[in-house]
Amino acid sequence: MKKALNLLLAGVVSMGMAFAACAEDYITLASTTSTENSGLFASILPKFKDTTGIQVRVVAVGTGQAFEIARRGDADSLLVHDTAGEKRFVENGFATERADVMYNDFVLIGPADDPANIREAQSAAEAFAAIADAEAPFASRGDDSGTNRAELRLWKNAGVDDPDGDWYRELGSGMGPTLNTAAAMDAYVMSDRATWVAFGNRQNLTLLFEGDEVLFNQYGSLLMSEEKHPHLKHDLARKWHNWLLSEDGQQAIADFKVNGQQLFFPNAK
Amino acid sequence: MENNAFYVALTLLLNLDASLFQIVALSLQVSLLAVLIAALLGFPLGAAVAIWRFPGRGGMTVVLNALMGLPPVVAGLVVYLLLSRAGPLGEWGLLFTPGAMILAQVVLVLPILAALSRQKVEELLGEYREQFVSLGMSSSRMMPTLLWDARFALLTVLLAGFGRASAEVGAVMMVGGNIDGVTRVMTTSIVLETGKGNLPLALGLGIVLLTLVMLINAGAYLVGELTRRRVG
Amino acid sequence: MTSFHVPQLASFILSPPPELCFADVTFSHEDKVLLGPCSFTLQGPGPTLVMGPNGAGKSLLLRLSHGLLFPTQGRITWSGEVCPRQAMVFQHPVLLRRSAVANLIHALAVNNVPRRARVKLAHDALERFGLTACCNTPARVLSGGEQQRLALARAWVLSPQVLFLDEPTSALDPAAIKAVEAAVQEFHQRGTRIVMTTHDLHQAKRLAGDILFLSGGKVREHTPAEIFFDRPVSREAQAYIAGELVE
Repeated sequence: MKKALNLLLAGVVSMGMAFAACAEDYITLASTTSTENSGLFASILPKFKDTTGIQVRVVAVGTGQAFEIARRGDADSLLVHDTAGEKRFVENGFATERADVMYNDFVLIGPADDPANIREAQSAAEAFAAIADAEAPFASRGDDSGTNRAELRLWKNAGVDDPDGDWYRELGSGMGPTLNTAAAMDAYVMSDRATWVAFGNRQNLTLLFEGDEVLFNQYGSLLMSEEKHPHLKHDLARKWHNWLLSEDGQQAIADFKVNGQQLFFPNAK
Repeated sequence: MENNAFYVALTLLLNLDASLFQIVALSLQVSLLAVLIAALLGFPLGAAVAIWRFPGRGGMTVVLNALMGLPPVVAGLVVYLLLSRAGPLGEWGLLFTPGAMILAQVVLVLPILAALSRQKVEELLGEYREQFVSLGMSSSRMMPTLLWDARFALLTVLLAGFGRASAEVGAVMMVGGNIDGVTRVMTTSIVLETGKGNLPLALGLGIVLLTLVMLINAGAYLVGELTRRRVG
Repeated sequence: MTSFHVPQLASFILSPPPELCFADVTFSHEDKVLLGPCSFTLQGPGPTLVMGPNGAGKSLLLRLSHGLLFPTQGRITWSGEVCPRQAMVFQHPVLLRRSAVANLIHALAVNNVPRRARVKLAHDALERFGLTACCNTPARVLSGGEQQRLALARAWVLSPQVLFLDEPTSALDPAAIKAVEAAVQEFHQRGTRIVMTTHDLHQAKRLAGDILFLSGGKVREHTPAEIFFDRPVSREAQAYIAGELVE
């Protein structure tokens, strides 16, 4: 028994050392599920690390939660897609700087037989109005994410002030789970293109509407306030921020493709 | 064939994929360490509640029993708020590290170990009490004797705790952040792959996790059963 | 039950076994009187055999004497300044889930015997009770007789001044009974006061110095053994010895 205890102790000590060994130069980045799930980070982070030696640890959550994490001082940097929210975040003093990094676009997905006939729609507003008119099942993220906020703006654009009723299902989950649910109940759903292209469980779902400019989905990178959170790794975070906006970073984003398709379009100014 | 979860699980295991290995190793490290720490605190706590009569003992038992059903995500939220930079333990800088995940799982597992060990120790004390008093043992001296003599029952309790720790996802997701290569464990990987619509891969990972937990349980069961038979 | 010293046999032989005195002792549970009121003093050399029909209160009397229970009324006192060291052997021995020798070492440890002395004392006791061969056998897999002998060995290492035995042989076969009785004699010769309950008249005849006879929760008679078996005083004892059913 003593022997077993010794073994256990040795195990604990070695585990502790294994954890300690992780302590290299790194920053914690709060970002969205769409960027993580599509594989963008897996593609560009190694390039950043090769250049700077800095590891980026991505906590991928909804945009709402990402803001909350950053607001509490638990992330060194923020990369999200809710321009209005980002600007408010800067105005409220939590971030000192915001820059456009890239965009992708939202697409409307639905059952192949398209009961609301949005394939024929000329604009996103028309497509959303058609779904509401037909009261065809629509799966909404309902989680205050960037995608969710964009979707609510688009309903308003289409003259549907407050989508409500049996057909409108607020799921309160991430993009992937929402697509899974939509596939299971043959519902319409708005997704970012990246998640959709990389999504593996489409069943009867297909892409029905795309291309309207209002569907563009702008991503921004934010630098945290040194005043509010002096403990954060501001120097490293700035390197990351600058790299994203640099030629190298922008090229890395453009080079990321899934099934030969480019998913994110760099547009730093 | 590639869409079959069992096929995926088998391929994952056979290829001994490096990232899978890392995920599995981290899962085991976090859960085992959490259970160990919880046992060091929970067993004496359970035994103390079983041995001593003090005001509020009944209430304590009820609270411990109730906390066995604590939703993991609530434990995660509490630990998140504690460890967040804006929280009381923010200075530790533990959030989004394996340490935070261990802490969250300790919070989850501790009530299970304490409540179940209280029950086991109380049963044993019923059998031993007269002999203990006859030997002139103080209550505090009874604790180590009872814990050691209840060791086979406590092994089962330990496994129940490990099962809870290795199966939960809500707490580690919230305080670990599911960071690739740092805090990604089996359960959070399964959630991630499900989110990507990679259902066969998600299920394959689930099968790997289940196999592991089963192996650990089988090992513990065998060791326990063999010694139990010897010791009677 | 008090602090322990490494036994010095001489002190036992020189000092007479402590005397136990019951003064108007009553034990009730939920307003029902289960024992007493009873008054008696155990002096003499013993061994004292407590006899009586089922439910007479024999076990209760032992537990009160040993301090496992406390009297509702009356006083239980010992001769001398301090409460004597005592041990008890139960009908079903309560052994820890560890080896035979570890059971003895545990008993020594909780009585603050120095670590160095424990192993030797434990092995000596095992040898004395013929258990050397089962030294490392888990206590729980020993036979009934061996378990009871181990319980006696555990009592032995504590060198009690008083030993209580509650029907220690009622579940044993004749060979095991013989071994237990021999052990009791050994305690007796060491100067330990023996207080033992039994159902077995023959056993009582073999062992007893004096008999404490109980029925219906009352002490009916406390007489030397030869008088008790020859011409008992109380009507209840007469009936009991004659083999009648006694309440």
